[in-house]
Formats: sequence, C-alpha cells, structure tokens
Amino acid sequence: MNQEKEQSNIAFVIGASSVGTLIEWYDFYLFGMLATIISKQFFPANAGTAALLSTLAIFAAGFIVRPFGALVFGRLGDLIGRKHTFLLTLIIMGGSTFAIGLVPGYATIGWAAPILVLILRLLQGLALGGEYGGAATYVAEHAPAGQRGFWTSWIQTTATLGLFLALGIIILVRSNQGVEKFSAEWGGWRYPFWISIVLVGVSILIRMRMSESPMFTKLKTEGRTSANPLKESFGQKRNFKMVLLALFGAVMGQGVVWYTGQFYAQSFIETVCKIDFIQSRNIMLVAILMATPCFVLFGWLSDKIGRKWIMLIGMLAAVFTYRPIYKEFINITSAANRAKTVDARLTNIKTAFPTYDLKDKTKMYLKQETDTTYFDGSVFKYYRTDTLIFKAPRDETRPITLINPDMIAYSSPKPNLVVEKTLGHTAYWDMIWLVFIQIVYVTMVYGPIAAFLVEMFPTKIRYTSMSLPYHIGNGVFGGLVPFLGTLIVEFTKTTEHPAGDVLAGLWYPIGVAAVCFVIGLIYLSNKIDKNVMD
Amino acid sequence: MNAIKKFSGYLWMLMAPLLILFLLYEANEKISHASAAVQSNVILQWVIILLVFTPICIGFFIFGKYASKGEYNQLPGSSEEL
Repeated sequence: MNQEKEQSNIAFVIGASSVGTLIEWYDFYLFGMLATIISKQFFPANAGTAALLSTLAIFAAGFIVRPFGALVFGRLGDLIGRKHTFLLTLIIMGGSTFAIGLVPGYATIGWAAPILVLILRLLQGLALGGEYGGAATYVAEHAPAGQRGFWTSWIQTTATLGLFLALGIIILVRSNQGVEKFSAEWGGWRYPFWISIVLVGVSILIRMRMSESPMFTKLKTEGRTSANPLKESFGQKRNFKMVLLALFGAVMGQGVVWYTGQFYAQSFIETVCKIDFIQSRNIMLVAILMATPCFVLFGWLSDKIGRKWIMLIGMLAAVFTYRPIYKEFINITSAANRAKTVDARLTNIKTAFPTYDLKDKTKMYLKQETDTTYFDGSVFKYYRTDTLIFKAPRDETRPITLINPDMIAYSSPKPNLVVEKTLGHTAYWDMIWLVFIQIVYVTMVYGPIAAFLVEMFPTKIRYTSMSLPYHIGNGVFGGLVPFLGTLIVEFTKTTEHPAGDVLAGLWYPIGVAAVCFVIGLIYLSNKIDKNVMD
Repeated sequence: MNAIKKFSGYLWMLMAPLLILFLLYEANEKISHASAAVQSNVILQWVIILLVFTPICIGFFIFGKYASKGEYNQLPGSSEEL
C-alpha cells in the first residue's frame, strides 16, 4: 500500500514538474523557430542578412544569459527551496513570451521594437536558466533510490516535447492561415506566443499544489542549508573541481549533440537542402516523436549499467557519423543526383509573367516558375526572378503588355532563384531516419544527464552547482551551434566557391564532442550513488 | 590511469590559452577582411564569442591544473563524500 502511494506521489511530482518545464521549453523555442519572421518584423526591412544575424545574436544572447539565470535562481533555490523558485521562473518565462507576442513591429514603433524584444528575450533566457536545474533536482530528490535515472529521464523528455509542441502549433496556425497572413505584422506567428499564457496559467495552478522536496525540507528543518550557495559551489575547490568536470567531461559534449540533432539539422534541411517549410518541420516532428521514448529507455538503462558509458557512446557516435549523415541529406535532396529520374510527363515550365516595381519606376521583374517532378513523387520548384532595367522611367499609363525589348537597358546578370523541394515518400522517410538517428544520440547523452549531475553535488548546493555547468554546456556550447555553424560555413565561401563547404559547420560540434569524449573517458566515474541523502 | 589523468591535465592547460589565441587570431582575420557594410556586425559577433569563450577557456585551464595536481585521481564514491 505504501509502495503504491509512493509510486502515485512520484508520478504526480513528475507530471507537475514536467508540464511546467515543457512549457518553458516551448516558450523558449518559439523564438528560434520563428527567427526569420521575427527578424523581418523587428529589424529594419532593408537590412537583409544583417537582420537575420541580429536575430541570431539575440538568439545567442538568449542562451548566453542562461548561465546567469542558473546562478541567480540556483542560489535562490538553495536558499528558499526548489518549489517557489521554479514557480517564479515559470511566471517570468510565461510573461515574457506573452509580451513578445504583443510588441508592435519595427514598421510601427521603430527601434523600440527590437530593443523590447531583446529585453524580453533576455528575461526568457534568465528564467530558463533557473527552471531546469530546479525541476531536475526536485524530481531527483523525490525519486526512490536506484531509480533516479528512470524518473529524471521524464524531465529530460520535456525539452524535446517542448520543441514538438512549438513545431506542431506553428505548423497548425501556418497551414490554416497561409504564408502571407501568417507572416504579417499582426499575423498568425504571434498566436503561439499568446497561447503560452494559457499553458503557463494551467501549469502554475498545478505547481501550486506541489510540496517542497523532502531532502531540502529535511536540511531546512535541521538548519543545514547553505548560507552562501555561490561561495560554497564555486569558491571551494572541493566542489568547484566537480563543476568543471561536469562541464568539460559531460555537459559540453551533450550540449552540442543535442543542438546539432534538433536545431542544426532542421536549419540544414531547410536552408541547405531547400526542403519546403512544412515538410522540413514534419520530418523533425516525426523523427522526434519516434525517438522520444529512448530518453526514458536510456535513463532507465543508466540506473542498471551507469551513466558514463551511455553518454560517451552517444558522443562518439555523433563524432563519427555527423558528416556521413549530413552528406546523405545532400545526396537525397540533390537535383543533380536525380537527373535520370525526371518524370518528363509531369515536369513543366510555366510562362514567365512580368510585374512592375511599385516604387522604382526604372525596374520591372520577370518571374518564372519551373516544376520538376521525379518518378519517386518528389517535386522541385524553381522560382526565377529576373530584374529588367528600363532605359527611361516607365510611363505609368502604358500597359505592361506593351513593353518591348528596345525599352530595356539590361537585365540582372544574376537572377534571384528560390528553390522549394517537396520529397516523395521514400526520400521523405530516408530523411526522417537520418534525423531519427541524430535524436537517438540526443537521448543517449541527454537521458541520463540529470541523474548524473544530481549525484555529483550535495543537497545544500545542488541547485546552484548543477545549474551552472548545465547551462554553460547547453546554453553556450550547444546554443551557439547554429550560430557558429553558419559562421564557419561563411568563412569557407570564396569567389571560386560562393556556396562554400556546407558541411564545414559540423566541425564545431564534432570538435567539442570529441574533446568532451576524451575528458569523460579519462576522468569520469561510472559509479552510481544509489542514495543521495547526504 | 592516474598518470594519464595528470599528464593530460598539462595538455588541457596548454590548450586553453591556445584556444584564446586562436579565437583572437580568427577575430582579427575576419574583422579585417569584412566589407564595410557588414563590419559592425562581424565585430559584434566576435566580441560576443570572445566574451563568452574567454572565461570558459580560463575554466578549462583551471580544470587542467587540478587534473595535473591529481585532484581527479580519487572521485567521491558516495553522497557522504561530496
């Protein structure tokens, strides 16, 4: 009977903690997923790539402040308790996400828009920095001895499920509204931000019913809580050396594997492979859904055989297979590789249609769409736009059909070419399996990590001590994967190879994971501490 | 194993400043080659990267120092030893 009650209690603890953490991740991911639209709405419209980079910088800033959130809320969690601290982070996160959805665009309020968005984004990062350590510690301190890996692995699923939820809601709204309405200043891209307030409200109600962690309550009753968690965590060699070991021997590798599998993969499929918006997200959704149970599997397995080897094997597999996997992404989606499988009956070049530039009277555009269909059902669409320059400003009363070649001075030497690929069934599933493999690596490194970190630090400073390496590893090393990956590819671009080496961006996660693997191999212990009641 | 732990500690101590130097070299290289239109953006990116990675590299150096002194030869085996 007691055992049943204990099981039901831990199930409630997991459920309540997980829902809140899932919503925090959902809130945090929305921004990154809608980065392209956000950059257009909140940054100068004529800034182009600079606008995107600015957004990426904000994205990075969101991650960089996470370690500070870990310090602020970790300290609070070790001083006043886990429950109230992660309730506070949830409120900050929900409030900032909702507020981002309310900020008018740059076109309406000018530079106030990006500044407000930046502040709110920083608040999101700060809140997330405090949330995860609290939830993982809280669950671990409730878990029965010998089952810590299994129970905390449920918390580990929330990051991926948060991504899943964010992707799902974005696809749903975008499919219903269409691209133009969705991307408008007050368009559907704001809905997922507004929905957050409802989700957070429900989660707060659930969390209010939770009681404080039994271990922290015991410490508090005995008057053994830390008076200065920051000093004890990072000012004493005995604990600080473990913080450094956790970061360089486990979390930094885990962070890059996670962000490569879940974010870099999506960005690569969309921007390099040119898979269309909905299908690229569907690939991610299906792969994530299929791989998510592995978090619990590896969490459970880590209770049996130890955490170290599962995490290290995940890192090593990533180091050796990332480049072949991404090369295969390119092979599957390459038009050159499919030249012999073009279905000529369904392939067509549509007539080019001309349009005037509404602002510049010396310009007009010639747009042409070519659809290439392949025997496997894939359709590659090419939208080519040539810019034609008039010898003299056009006469507005003259119909476009009466424009003749003599009136044109020259056409753009480099037409704008947009490619949008929709894959057939087999190729689509090949892509899903390739993403799935990467997410399995994520589950191997991420599934056992909460239990691993909890066991490294004593109860009185656990929240602070585990939060900092976690958020440096994930926020800085992991969070910068898309940013640094893009930057490295930029560096490989030359006049002879304007596209650069599209696989070069992978050297960053491969390098970090390799160093982390070596450090983990040499220094980490595989021993599980069955009872953390220090 | 303890000898490997100690010896590789020196390697991490060496790697940390080399990483900072590498980042400084890359930052200088990329900023000086950036076109005027994107230079401010490139400077911003590298300032962020240097600000973030410099303390991490210092941490990496300290990690190496601890390792070289044998601090990781015996890790805590249970929560009582933490």
